[in-house]
Amino acid sequence: MSAADRTSGQPAQLPAGRSANHRPVLGAARLGVVRGWIELRQSLSNRADQVWIVLINAILIGVLYFQRDSELGSTGFSLALATLPGLIAMNVAMGGWMGVTQQLAAEREDGTLLRSKATPNGMTGYLVARVTVSVLNTLLGIIVFIVAGVFLVPGLADVSVGGWLMLAVVFLLGMLATMPWGAVLGAVVKSSGAGFALSFLPLGVLVAISGIFYPITAIAGWLHPIAMVFPVYWLGAGMREALLPAAAGAAELGGDFDTVTTFGVLALWAVAGLALAPGVLRRMARRESGSALESRKQAVLQAWS
Amino acid sequence: MVIDVADLRMTYGTVEVLTGVSFQAHRGEVLALLGPNGAGKSTTIEILEGFRIRSAGAVSVLGADPVDGDEAWRARLGVVLQSWRDHARWRVAQLLSHLAAYYRPYSTPLRPRPMDVGELLDLVGLASQAGHKVGSLSGGQRRRLDVAIGLIGRPDLLFLDEPTTGFDPQARRDFHDLVHRMADLEGTTILLTTHDLDEAEKLSDRILVLAGGRILADGSAAQLSRQVEGRTEVRWTRDGESFVHAADDGTAFVRELFAQYGDRIGDLDVRRASLEDSYMALVHRFEAGDREVSSGLEMLR
Repeated sequence: MSAADRTSGQPAQLPAGRSANHRPVLGAARLGVVRGWIELRQSLSNRADQVWIVLINAILIGVLYFQRDSELGSTGFSLALATLPGLIAMNVAMGGWMGVTQQLAAEREDGTLLRSKATPNGMTGYLVARVTVSVLNTLLGIIVFIVAGVFLVPGLADVSVGGWLMLAVVFLLGMLATMPWGAVLGAVVKSSGAGFALSFLPLGVLVAISGIFYPITAIAGWLHPIAMVFPVYWLGAGMREALLPAAAGAAELGGDFDTVTTFGVLALWAVAGLALAPGVLRRMARRESGSALESRKQAVLQAWS
Repeated sequence: MVIDVADLRMTYGTVEVLTGVSFQAHRGEVLALLGPNGAGKSTTIEILEGFRIRSAGAVSVLGADPVDGDEAWRARLGVVLQSWRDHARWRVAQLLSHLAAYYRPYSTPLRPRPMDVGELLDLVGLASQAGHKVGSLSGGQRRRLDVAIGLIGRPDLLFLDEPTTGFDPQARRDFHDLVHRMADLEGTTILLTTHDLDEAEKLSDRILVLAGGRILADGSAAQLSRQVEGRTEVRWTRDGESFVHAADDGTAFVRELFAQYGDRIGDLDVRRASLEDSYMALVHRFEAGDREVSSGLEMLR
């Protein structure tokens, strides 16, 4: 502490450069991971969340159970083995797209976002926490499916190391392809209710036309190109390629797995989303204020009265 | 100078919410911003916090324009807004510790950041709720947590938007002690809005009255009383008969009263206009379109 500091009456300023700019941001990113971990534990110990998680997984595992003796087309493979990758793909889309949208919309509404904005580097921490929670939540769902699959799905034990590696890559790329878009939607919707509806409905439609629960060849041909524009179809295709034997490619649209297009389409969505999301998030953050929060609260109250 | 606002204007569409606000705040000063609903109090505070972009005018907060305020600047501010419902699942001490960590890189020898969580919980009277879930707190406890979060970074400047809503009288008194402590011991400059005029008088060094998008008055509660109401109500009895007189100079009037009647005067009651009287008179006259009041007050500043 120098004499100049003491007499100026002003708090000493941080030295410019590295320590003032980079370290706090990295520190905040670390805090974001801690925050994500805390929130995940809170979610897992929350009764309503527990009921939801158990219920949804029970239903989906039930699907696997009833399909275990059916056959995929005439390929000789268990239908459950074909559905499992679909479930994993849907789980990625739900975690990345719906999860992020809803949490962002809800936390804009309750003031969590504004609180983060009022904290130095709080937005960095907040966004890192969102990614952490989504990735861990989705990963947890995948582990549940795979563990159930080991018991219920014939053929899962035969998946090679390369297959599991591909699953990991498709999972990560799928998160990158969906999370930024979830963030964009969560940033622009007016309320958490709208966030739920606008993320759930399109996902439901895409799951229905993308051959997630049954082979896409069973769906009207004119829907194929539409499904193939979106990442849900390619997530499913990528997961099938990872977990099914090569011969199962005969049940795919082109008669074989298309690795290049799978990665290409997912990567395109990821790049476009990552290019768009930061600007939209910055704009959302800039607009966040106490009175914006208050007027949203009033709108919700009015809608209920 | 901690806050320097000159001719601040804010327009939403065609509606002018702020039509030229100017004021200053110094280190360790407590300012109360009063005004009817819709006068532009929250808008003013949000512009100073950097949460809203002004239409025109010059604003400097802690030496920077809030529009360009970086994270190091942000670390020197404390913000307590009106409605928080966030982090309901977190535990009180857990949330405070988490938010505190963001301030650690901005600690200086003169101003160690953040404040100690346990000490702060004691200060705001939440020590016994440290392990409770935020969502389970009562309205007043929740508010005290909001204040604690505003203080956790040991701010140079603290914004408080209606801080004592939901406080019982004891909590209110504790809060007043806390504000004085922050201003006197920590040199924190505090800008608060309130509808409680008694609170404004007790807490603040200076009161700003905002109405119709501009500052109508800027001064201590006593200065406002003298300037606005200007009259002191004197009641007394003489030979069993009651009298009332509104005097321009209460002291001179009473001196003359005793000089004239001496021992015959009884039940003397001298009442200077309260801040509430002054405030109501000011706002009413403003709403009645009496611009002379405000121009008269301009000269006071």
